[in-house]
Amino acid sequence: MAKILAVDDSASMRGMVAFTLRGAGHEVSEAENGQLALDTARGARFDLVLADVNMPVMDGLSMVRELRVLPEYKGVPILMLTTESNTEKKMEGKAAGATGWLVKPFDPEQLLATVRRVLG
Amino acid sequence: MSTVSLAQFHQVFFEESLEGLDAMEAALLALDQGDGDAELIHRIFRAAHSIKGGAATFGFPEMAAFTHEAESLLDELRDGRRAIDGPIIELLLRTVDCLRGMFDRAQAGQPLADSESENLRQQLAAAVGRTIVATAGQTITGPLATNGWIIQFRPHLGMLAGGNDPLRLLRELAELGTLSVEAQLDRVPTLAVLDPAECHLGWRIELAGTVTRDAITSVFEWVEGECDLSIEPVSVVASPIEQGSAVGTLDKGIDAAPAPIMQNIAPKNAAAGSNDAGSVRVGIDKIDSLIDLVGELVITQAMLDQFREDFDPTRLALLQQGLAQLARHTRTLQESVMGIRMLPIGSVFNRFPRLVRDLSQKLGKQVKLEMVGENTELDKTVLEKIGDPLVHLVRNAIDHGLETPEKRRAAGKQESGTLRLEAFHRGGSIVVEIVDDGAGLNREAIVAKAVQKGLIPTGENLSNDAVNELIFQPGFSTAATTTDLSGRGVGMDVVRRNVVDLGGNVAITSHPGRGTTFTITLPLTLAIIDGLSAAVGNECYIVPLVSIVESVQLRADAVRSVIGGGELFRFRDAYLPIVRLHEQFGCVGARQHIEDGLVIVVEADTGRVGLFIDELIGQQQAVVKSLEANYRRVEGISGATVLADGSVALIIDVAGLVRMQSRRRAA
Repeated sequence: MAKILAVDDSASMRGMVAFTLRGAGHEVSEAENGQLALDTARGARFDLVLADVNMPVMDGLSMVRELRVLPEYKGVPILMLTTESNTEKKMEGKAAGATGWLVKPFDPEQLLATVRRVLG
Repeated sequence: MSTVSLAQFHQVFFEESLEGLDAMEAALLALDQGDGDAELIHRIFRAAHSIKGGAATFGFPEMAAFTHEAESLLDELRDGRRAIDGPIIELLLRTVDCLRGMFDRAQAGQPLADSESENLRQQLAAAVGRTIVATAGQTITGPLATNGWIIQFRPHLGMLAGGNDPLRLLRELAELGTLSVEAQLDRVPTLAVLDPAECHLGWRIELAGTVTRDAITSVFEWVEGECDLSIEPVSVVASPIEQGSAVGTLDKGIDAAPAPIMQNIAPKNAAAGSNDAGSVRVGIDKIDSLIDLVGELVITQAMLDQFREDFDPTRLALLQQGLAQLARHTRTLQESVMGIRMLPIGSVFNRFPRLVRDLSQKLGKQVKLEMVGENTELDKTVLEKIGDPLVHLVRNAIDHGLETPEKRRAAGKQESGTLRLEAFHRGGSIVVEIVDDGAGLNREAIVAKAVQKGLIPTGENLSNDAVNELIFQPGFSTAATTTDLSGRGVGMDVVRRNVVDLGGNVAITSHPGRGTTFTITLPLTLAIIDGLSAAVGNECYIVPLVSIVESVQLRADAVRSVIGGGELFRFRDAYLPIVRLHEQFGCVGARQHIEDGLVIVVEADTGRVGLFIDELIGQQQAVVKSLEANYRRVEGISGATVLADGSVALIIDVAGLVRMQSRRRAA
């Protein structure tokens, strides 16, 4: 069971992600933008971060860049939840330091499969 | 756990999306006003983007497809590839409207797309220079299976820092078929210079079994660019196409892999929106204060409970103190619970910027809209019902009140008219004012119209207030031509009736050439009223405090009998009819002489009367119970309440009594 941080400004999307992961026995924290996610992540050690790209205050890409600066988040899987299916946009996430991505729309099964894949 | 029902997130998705649409609309209107803030377009993009993502996730593919087109256009605006102009704002505003319609249909469980949305979708696509072919199928690269693959995989040094673990990739490959892996240690440095955070290993992997190339590339999807990778079929001869495949590249076909939309998990009829009993969003602080109060109540109860065991008269003071505390907590608790139903009027005001923009464009008028007091809170029920009357008054103000720029210039005014919506507290009521600086009510036109409609006789000399009152008469309309804006078959009489039904009233003041003000007074809540309890014989009646002007004791000679029955008394500059409640409602044992009792002067929007009662008992709050639901409708009574001693008191419908009185006089 892993500690997971779910970051999305959309309450429905965040709720779905958190609900699904909690159902699978994970401990999930939620944040509604990149800045709040950073504040949450700094004090804790998460095994996985799932983050939306487009968010107010601080977007997902900036959040990943900031997270990767922190020594405790080097090597921690960070997945972008993106609606962009084009490669360029995905690569922007990679360049920022993301581990991979999950393309919206995804269903709970796909989410769990991806999380299993990352957490091993 | 296997299936998570997505339907449970629908309501949240609808709510946040409708909020997003409101934000989109507000930002579009700001852009339309010439606000050049770059954040506005980002805000619009984010709202559309979230709706698209949510729609696709929660099983609304038509909405996702529609929003996708809008998003493409917004993307161009955001990148500055296209300038924002009037037609684009118009198009996007219509997109907002269309999406609202889609959400309505989604909540009702109806099909989302209609001809209008399809039409608009085409226009959005055309705006970014594309045409939509009927359901564009996504191309999937054909599966190419062989008997096995040889994969050369060498991570770059920094791959681990990105969170990708080579072991995970190998495990995933193992799920596809039989794997034999050979580690390549040739680049591992000596221990002294080895950085454990870097990856120095490489692998040669043989994957046996019927596996497609796509299946393999998707395993390595996330590490593209972070490793050297080659994927070769074992039997090179069998698959000549693969001969040219280069080291370090991945098949781009993976991007086209369709992401399934999961209608199977979200049955349409399971939409949470169907049981729309209505919900209220309540701030955490309000809930916290409730919990605090309940805590206080429990303490008070425990304190009072001590007296049950052994009551000692010497502790009377303590008992009184406890009861006073209980009364205080009960009252605060009541206020807090009522507070939960209170919502800011801003949610109603929000629709006006758009309405004012559309109307003023249509009518060729310039209107500056000012809104004040959006945070003033109203009961949810009142709030839901006040929208339509407000819309009507705003339409009227722009249509009839404000003049065209030419007329305004000729009158020495600024070309742009001002319309102000203001909400504020006054006493126990909420006041909403709709103020325009237009031409004011046209007295001559109103009088002429009233004469023509037979509402007043020719040549009657009416006060200004009386003339203004005429526009509230049923069937009254002064507009020479009925525009499609105000003339919707609803007159000011309906506006007034709607407001009166909410326990409020509408007043009007107007100054020729300077403008008109409509003042709507509304009760804070419908569930509880403040009233004076009055004794009449053996009965008790509640008179709503908002209606009371004054109570007076009359001398017998101050009352004049009128021919044909009825009594009048002089109050300030007018003669008011006296309504003897004991006669009206048939109470026995009531005082008969006017000098023995009291007259309460009450006011409704249509006039004043004096209510004759025995005496006042006191002020109290009455929890309103419906008389109709429990008995039947009684004229002059608006409801009932239960008194502290358990008996029932009727609540006086002041407006109804005034109406009955004027009917009687007219007869």
